[in-house]
Amino acid sequence: MSEPAPLSSGVPASRPSDAAWLLVFACWLVATSATLGALFFSEVMELPPCTLCWYQRIFMFPLVLVLPMGLFPFDARVVRFALPLALAGWLISIFQVLLVAGWIPEGIRPCSQGVPCSEVQIEWLGFVNIPLLSFLAFSTMNALLVAAHVRSRR
Amino acid sequence: MSRKSKRNHATPDAPAQQAAAPSGGISRRTLFVVAALALLLAFVSGGLFYRSEKAQAAQRLAAQNKALLASAHSPSYGNADAKVHIVEFLDPACETCAVFYGHVKQLMADNPGRIRLSVRHVPLHEGSEHVVRMLESARAQDRYWEALAALFAAQDRWTVNHRVHPERAWPALEGLGLDLERVRREMNAADIAARMEKDASDARALNVTKTPEYFVNGRPMPQFGLAELQGLVREELEIAYR
Repeated sequence: MSEPAPLSSGVPASRPSDAAWLLVFACWLVATSATLGALFFSEVMELPPCTLCWYQRIFMFPLVLVLPMGLFPFDARVVRFALPLALAGWLISIFQVLLVAGWIPEGIRPCSQGVPCSEVQIEWLGFVNIPLLSFLAFSTMNALLVAAHVRSRR
Repeated sequence: MSRKSKRNHATPDAPAQQAAAPSGGISRRTLFVVAALALLLAFVSGGLFYRSEKAQAAQRLAAQNKALLASAHSPSYGNADAKVHIVEFLDPACETCAVFYGHVKQLMADNPGRIRLSVRHVPLHEGSEHVVRMLESARAQDRYWEALAALFAAQDRWTVNHRVHPERAWPALEGLGLDLERVRREMNAADIAARMEKDASDARALNVTKTPEYFVNGRPMPQFGLAELQGLVREELEIAYR
């Protein structure tokens, strides 16, 4: 009987897939914490989200549902579907961090109405603000997804 | 054949996938469900904690600043001897204020002579302070409440996307028996500006950042909502008219 090719790693190679599963699961933990955190800021603390925050939410929220689809049963290809979202959100979060830091000049700021995206609504320890949290979350998720991809291919 | 081979293959792989996490005894499914529930629980309990802290802080603030609520300069409606006094912070351009206004009127109609309403102005919308001046000026001609009701009723004609177009608000004041020329003449008077400044500074002191905000005998709503307002009024009515 012929061995099915893609799954042939089989029993002895189950360790890398374990590691990959944990990495995708960790990524889901980050996405879910970040989603609930964002909802806490807007729905409980009633801080109005700026436009850039909405774009980052668009790329963050789906991961909460997409990643578990690849966890049960484990399908390493979930990285293919999750990584574009995580990357797009990551780029927007970089943009906003630069905006808040003042490294991107006034002229190309996209939000002139509503809540300015350069406005810092929360500051912990003097430097932790919401855009930075978003940047850290997206960075972590990208790293985890890439690591999961590398592990699952081994 | 393909189906069978998949099945055959799934058997050795399944325990590693589903049954045991590499670190120990719990299955992946359990790990996932526990994590999901823990995050959800943290969110809900955090939310409840934050809300109750905030409500308590608002109550303390209102208790400390009770003197600021009973402002003598504010337009007042209803029986002066009523034992339940609602102080409402409103913005004439605020849609929720317009909706709630009818409910407050209904509460007063349901309990004749027992509720008094005072209005403080918080023009949060762009251009709204112009409309507040119109109202204050109509007050000098004893037409404040008529003007307020008419402006609320016509609100969608003079606010667009939360922006006030003052020139479109004027038609709403026609037919109320107001001398509109006099309203225009007097609306920029110094005493009106002083009253508006007093309202603004009291709103800041009471941390009124959204409208409408109600204080019923000095007590703020535990959280925003029509049921909360009605409940608060009912409680105060029961205490006052037991």
